[in-house]
Amino acid sequence: MTELKGARERRVRTGGIELCVAELGETGRPTVLLVHGYPDSKEVWSEVAVRLAEEFHVVLYDVRGHGRSTAPVPLRGGFTLEKLTDDFLAVADAVSPDRPVHLVGHDWGSVQGWEFATVPRTEGRIASFTSMSGPSLDHFGHWIKRRMNRPTPRRVGQLLGQGAKSWYVYMLHTPVLPELAWRGPLGKRWPRILERVEKVPAGDYPTSSLPDDAAHGAWLYRDNVRARLSRPRPDAYAHAPVQLIVPTGDAFLSDRLYDDLGAWVPRLTRRTLPAKHWVPRTRPDQLSSWITEFVRAHEEPVAGAPKQVAASVKSGVRPEYAERFGGQLVLVTGAASGIGRATAFAFAEAGARVVAVDRDAEGAVRTAEMARLIGAPEAWGEAVDVSDEQAVEKLAAKVEDEYGVVDVLVNNAGIGLAGSFFETSSEEWARVLDVNLWGVIHGCRHFGARMVARGQGGHIVNTASAAAFQPSRALPAYSTSKAAVLMLSECLRAELAGQGIGVSAICPGIVNTNITATTRFAGVSDAAEEKRRQKKASRLYGLRNYPPEKVADAILGAVLHDRAVVPVTPEARGARLLSRLSPGALRALARWQPPA
Amino acid sequence: MATAVAGELSSELRGFREVQRLSYACAEAVAAQLKPGVTEREAARMQREWLHERGVRDWFHRPFAWFGDRTAFVDFRVPLQFFPTDRRLEAGMPFILDMAPVYKGYTADIGYSGCLGLDPLHDRLLADLAAHRELILREVRERRTLREIYEDVDRLMVRQGYANRHRAYPFGVIAHKIDRVRERRWSPTLFGFGTRALKGLASDALHGHRDGWSPLWSPYKFSDHPPTPGLWAVEPHLGFRGTGAKFEEILVVTDSRDPEQSAFWLDDDLPHVRRWNEGAV
Repeated sequence: MTELKGARERRVRTGGIELCVAELGETGRPTVLLVHGYPDSKEVWSEVAVRLAEEFHVVLYDVRGHGRSTAPVPLRGGFTLEKLTDDFLAVADAVSPDRPVHLVGHDWGSVQGWEFATVPRTEGRIASFTSMSGPSLDHFGHWIKRRMNRPTPRRVGQLLGQGAKSWYVYMLHTPVLPELAWRGPLGKRWPRILERVEKVPAGDYPTSSLPDDAAHGAWLYRDNVRARLSRPRPDAYAHAPVQLIVPTGDAFLSDRLYDDLGAWVPRLTRRTLPAKHWVPRTRPDQLSSWITEFVRAHEEPVAGAPKQVAASVKSGVRPEYAERFGGQLVLVTGAASGIGRATAFAFAEAGARVVAVDRDAEGAVRTAEMARLIGAPEAWGEAVDVSDEQAVEKLAAKVEDEYGVVDVLVNNAGIGLAGSFFETSSEEWARVLDVNLWGVIHGCRHFGARMVARGQGGHIVNTASAAAFQPSRALPAYSTSKAAVLMLSECLRAELAGQGIGVSAICPGIVNTNITATTRFAGVSDAAEEKRRQKKASRLYGLRNYPPEKVADAILGAVLHDRAVVPVTPEARGARLLSRLSPGALRALARWQPPA
Repeated sequence: MATAVAGELSSELRGFREVQRLSYACAEAVAAQLKPGVTEREAARMQREWLHERGVRDWFHRPFAWFGDRTAFVDFRVPLQFFPTDRRLEAGMPFILDMAPVYKGYTADIGYSGCLGLDPLHDRLLADLAAHRELILREVRERRTLREIYEDVDRLMVRQGYANRHRAYPFGVIAHKIDRVRERRWSPTLFGFGTRALKGLASDALHGHRDGWSPLWSPYKFSDHPPTPGLWAVEPHLGFRGTGAKFEEILVVTDSRDPEQSAFWLDDDLPHVRRWNEGAV
């Protein structure tokens, strides 16, 4: 195989068949065992495996009947979970006879993994289990039973939802036809389908064995699904810590399936990933970083209580944020104060790694320092003026080299400028556009380009303003810059939609930050007068007293739910609504001249 | 009014210092007994009983105890929320004990911040309070107006990344005056505040209102005057995402021309100051 470079192969005989096992990395290290799904072969892990091999002893095998492992004869009855468990134990004993292995499964590999992690005979052989896109059939059986026995409208909805997503399972239960399709037209078209529908990057995957894999693998369903769903084991409790990674865009599995999981798994860490089903192909970086973190946390469990994974430590943080942002790299500009600082803190609390950027070096460093204290595994402060393209470019290169590709970029840095159009000098115009618009452009260009080049998704948040849709004679330059940011975000969102990168524009409104204390008042040359106006504006904003923490929360929510435009304060929501229902009212409001 | 003779405290100030030390001793004694499961009400009662055993009969205000995110006054809307609740202390939780006993006619008002177990964030907050103690003393000696000093403290907190939580106190005060209280056999409290102490405060407020000053050190216009001589219980209170920390102790302001003598902390041998000094060594 070309895909698993440097892999050492061996064959393990068990129960009358031969399994093809590949190993990477040093054997003395903790063993991570990767199990593939359907219709796949071990090469589905190629991207993840090479990343993990830098730190671990990585083992992959072709499930019986797949890839270059032999198939049982006869096929019927040869794919039961009991036999698959025999295979797992044989491989584990061959590659890591003395130490338990860290199990990772995707799709049917994860279904198998749940069986391995919940049957008594594997106890002590599994140090941790990372599951993605494959529920335990036993848990699934209980899930269905619970919803059938007490069908509330919500539960019926959940049943129907998952029932519709499982269409292919019914198809696979028909005799002969699936085999014919896979060996015929479906097998030929499958790589294209994966590419177009599932956004799996083109290349040398799937491998040429696909038609046979898929035809044999149909027996995985036929031998297990009906039996387990109708008579689920009552004792399917996990004896190993489990990390559950849920791709939120999975077309085959509803994320509701895992609602009751806490009852089955005493040590459960949840993660969510905005991606489709084939995450080992589409999100290898994120998977390997979560697997690495989880394996490290559960290596040597004998020494006292097992170490908690960072994401689950902090109480009081909304779990959905910790599940989504744990371990991700987040860069926030304008992070020395106000909304930027609150946003950096909110991501830090969710367990993200934070880069705090501001032209105020001391403030940026302080933000990073506090971020580390509240849950960021790592945080750095960087002094950069976002209006300086070279500086931003240098920063982007440095961040990529030293910390990795940014997962979430928050272009938040901005300055205020008040005063009528004719009182605003062209230098003042240039300054406000340089920071508020060009700062965002530079950020999107240099960090966004790296996100696109990596091809594993991401999110860009741009801080616009309620002034982006509320015209005002008092804030022409500021409003123009923010309207441009809003439109830029919308256009970029359209462009990046196909690449799994979301773009959100946040329109906060009147928020109590120090932007008022640094706002320039055009046409006011007297420093004392400017100070007085800044003070007055600060007092008004202070009276309004909308905390930046709530804006930060809106930003995390916008990323989590991939929202396009998010007005935050009630006045911003009102203005947004009016701008669509009755723009005339906003125009009338725009004429109002605030008293000096 | 209080005037200090260089290096030596007047007997009056010694009285205040004695009750302040007694209060901090109480805070340390109670803090040492706090363990998981203790409620705020129990912690408040422990303070009350400890001080009662040592002769305290009247209060400026009865002891408060705040645990967990209540140390940062998260979601406090009405003053009743300051009173101790049945919130239980858990491992890793920050706590604040705040009491204001009257002893032999002298009043103290102190705040003691601690944490059950180690929390680097809480340590950070406590360490950052040191800058506020220095700033307040420096600016009082410069005779800046109370409102200006309040705003400078506010700005320092924002720079540090914290929220100003003393704003949640009645009138948003960072400090208030305290004074001697006449000892009577009957000393009732009203909503947790000693009526005699309240009477003193009210009479100060009335006189101050006529002369353009206020016994309450607030961000409002009525505090737009230079520090008035007397004893101020100063209580800067930091909050950061569900963790709060404060200290509270007496600042002596005199009418002396000598800057050193014009304002000074009544006592530098207090737990939080010792902690900073140990950290510096």
